Amino acid sequence: MSETLTTVDGKPLKQALAAAQARAKRRAFWLVLPLLLFILVTFVAPIGQMLLRSVYNPSFSQAVPNLSVWFDENPPGTEPDEAAYEALVMDLRQMREDKSQGEAGTRVNYDYSGARSMFTSTARKAERLEPPYKEAVLDADDDWADPVLWQAMRGASSAYTMNFYLAALDLGRDENGNIVSVDDNRAVYVKLFGRTLFLSALITATTLILGFPIAHLLATLPLRYSNLLMIFVLLPFWTSLLVRTTSWIVLLQSQGVVNDLMVASGAVSDGNRLQMIYNQTGTIIAMTHILLPFTVLPLYSVMRPINPSYVRAARSLGATSWTAFRRIYLPQTIPGIGAGALLVFILSVGYYITPALVGGASGQLISNLIAFHMQKSLNWSLAAALAALLLGGVLVLYWLYDRLIGVDNLKLG
Amino acid sequence: MALPKHASTLERIWYYIYLVICALIFLFLIAPILIIIPLSFNAEPYFTFTQKMLSLDPTGYSARWYDLLLTFGMTAPDAARDSSWWADVWNNAAWVRAAKNSVIIGFFATILATALGTLAALGLSRPEMPYRRAIMAILISPMIVPIIITATGLFFFYSLTGLANSYIGVILAHATLGIPFVIITVTATLVGFDHSLTRASASLGANSTTTFRKIIMPLILPGVVSGALFAFVTSFDEVVVVLFVAAHDQQTIPRQMWNGIREQISPAILSVATILVIISILLLTTVELLRRRSERLRGLSPG
Repeated sequence: MSETLTTVDGKPLKQALAAAQARAKRRAFWLVLPLLLFILVTFVAPIGQMLLRSVYNPSFSQAVPNLSVWFDENPPGTEPDEAAYEALVMDLRQMREDKSQGEAGTRVNYDYSGARSMFTSTARKAERLEPPYKEAVLDADDDWADPVLWQAMRGASSAYTMNFYLAALDLGRDENGNIVSVDDNRAVYVKLFGRTLFLSALITATTLILGFPIAHLLATLPLRYSNLLMIFVLLPFWTSLLVRTTSWIVLLQSQGVVNDLMVASGAVSDGNRLQMIYNQTGTIIAMTHILLPFTVLPLYSVMRPINPSYVRAARSLGATSWTAFRRIYLPQTIPGIGAGALLVFILSVGYYITPALVGGASGQLISNLIAFHMQKSLNWSLAAALAALLLGGVLVLYWLYDRLIGVDNLKLG
Repeated sequence: MALPKHASTLERIWYYIYLVICALIFLFLIAPILIIIPLSFNAEPYFTFTQKMLSLDPTGYSARWYDLLLTFGMTAPDAARDSSWWADVWNNAAWVRAAKNSVIIGFFATILATALGTLAALGLSRPEMPYRRAIMAILISPMIVPIIITATGLFFFYSLTGLANSYIGVILAHATLGIPFVIITVTATLVGFDHSLTRASASLGANSTTTFRKIIMPLILPGVVSGALFAFVTSFDEVVVVLFVAAHDQQTIPRQMWNGIREQISPAILSVATILVIISILLLTTVELLRRRSERLRGLSPG
């Protein structure tokens, strides 16, 4: 009885509609595809490769085919016997030929300090060592008997390892392969993660405290004035990060403008000028300044459309101005506070440039340690593991931001 | 928020305190940027105002640090300032070479980011776009992921693919970092874009290229240009990726500044900073004018 609706050329309407929609979908997707591929190749793939490096380090395992066999045959904790030392000497000879003893030793050195020099010096003598190898090797360097070293070599003999993540969390392995925490004086990473979180929270709080009043002022002034005052927020936003960091160095130095002003006004004597730079104070002040616009802009865009008549109604019903602010105005700004705070927190957790330049020793964040392992200590796998942990944290926060606020609501000026 | 007539004395006092607090916060925001401008004209190698500068004595001021920007790295800085001296500046002065590198890298990174970003923003703002949210999150992520992680990843990736120490590597990385800004600004202009305009143009017989050129492009152009400026500034200010993946002789302005700050900070840095502040004032003005033009075009503001 019911006749299906058709288009002019006789196709059922439902089908034609579905086809048209699929075409529109494809067309939209084709527009995005080039960029998506570009980002996948230049951004996602490099980070994926970095993540791989945090669990994969073949520099030792490649160099020790004989030792690997021995490790496979004997369970952890076995006393190294003559066969083990023979395998070691064979591998050291091969390393000497391939000139890979430095690289392999470095890998073990991450878990057992001093291993690198043992590898290079014993590899040099390896050709002249005679059986019994155990005595010969121990003659060359009696540290080779240390069971912790053998555990470290066992760990490194497999290219895939979680040891770098353990190291990034101040954990290590004892001679039986159990996970233990490292000595207090070597435990730096957990403390640094803690400091990064603490400083980020502090900076987020200061930007909120400083950002709220001016966002409120900008939102309640007539547009003519607020557009003018907005320059004070946008100019820092557009100014080079290095320029802003430089100017804080100049301002806060012990011979800088702020100290000069305080000496001139008599607040401090010339002898005890305040040390405000190259320490945590410097990091906090400079990062608050740099990240303040990221709080003000979302707050402003939430506050601008708030209707003033709600507060007026509360006042006319007898609320004091404080109550009206607390009960009526503040709850309406929560989305802006959330957006600003979350964005500033995400950005400051991974901050690198400013702490590196003004942080001194006490103002360094986790990013600076990643850079240190990349450029100075050259423990790239550990750097990758630290970066992976940081990335994980940031991505969780980013996911939260997307859930709560939505990335398409990000505003720039 | 003007003070109402019926405000109590306490409220009046609080209101003026509030204004003072706001003024101080604005001062905190802007003073560090403006203070380096007079300091860059210091005749002495100090980072504070000398007695002569405070008494506005002309001998307390000099342009010697700007001159140093030209002469530093030259082969014959003391020669007579004729055309060969200027040629020497152009070819050898360290800051001039850094500026050339920065502009070249910034220019190509901007072109790449703007072209790809605008295209993607057009697709993303269509209601039919599948997986819109997830894709948007991926495309914005270069802005969110800490720069040190991006740089570390690129360092490994480029040493594997042979892009390390090359201009192309830096350009690709900077384009990636600039793309989120292009996407954000262009999608913002496309919010409230009236799709009946494109349908009207199609019904009048225009093909999709003509529609794009004559209808869509003029409307989104302000957003595209702001996005491009953002992308350029991002590249022009980027130092960490350059430190990690560029060759030693590929100096850029931020890298040169970074080295200057880390080693021995000299007032020449302040003169560079002043020039950069002036550039950012110009860029900010351009972007604000574009934003107003775009709002006027779309009828969002009275003008």
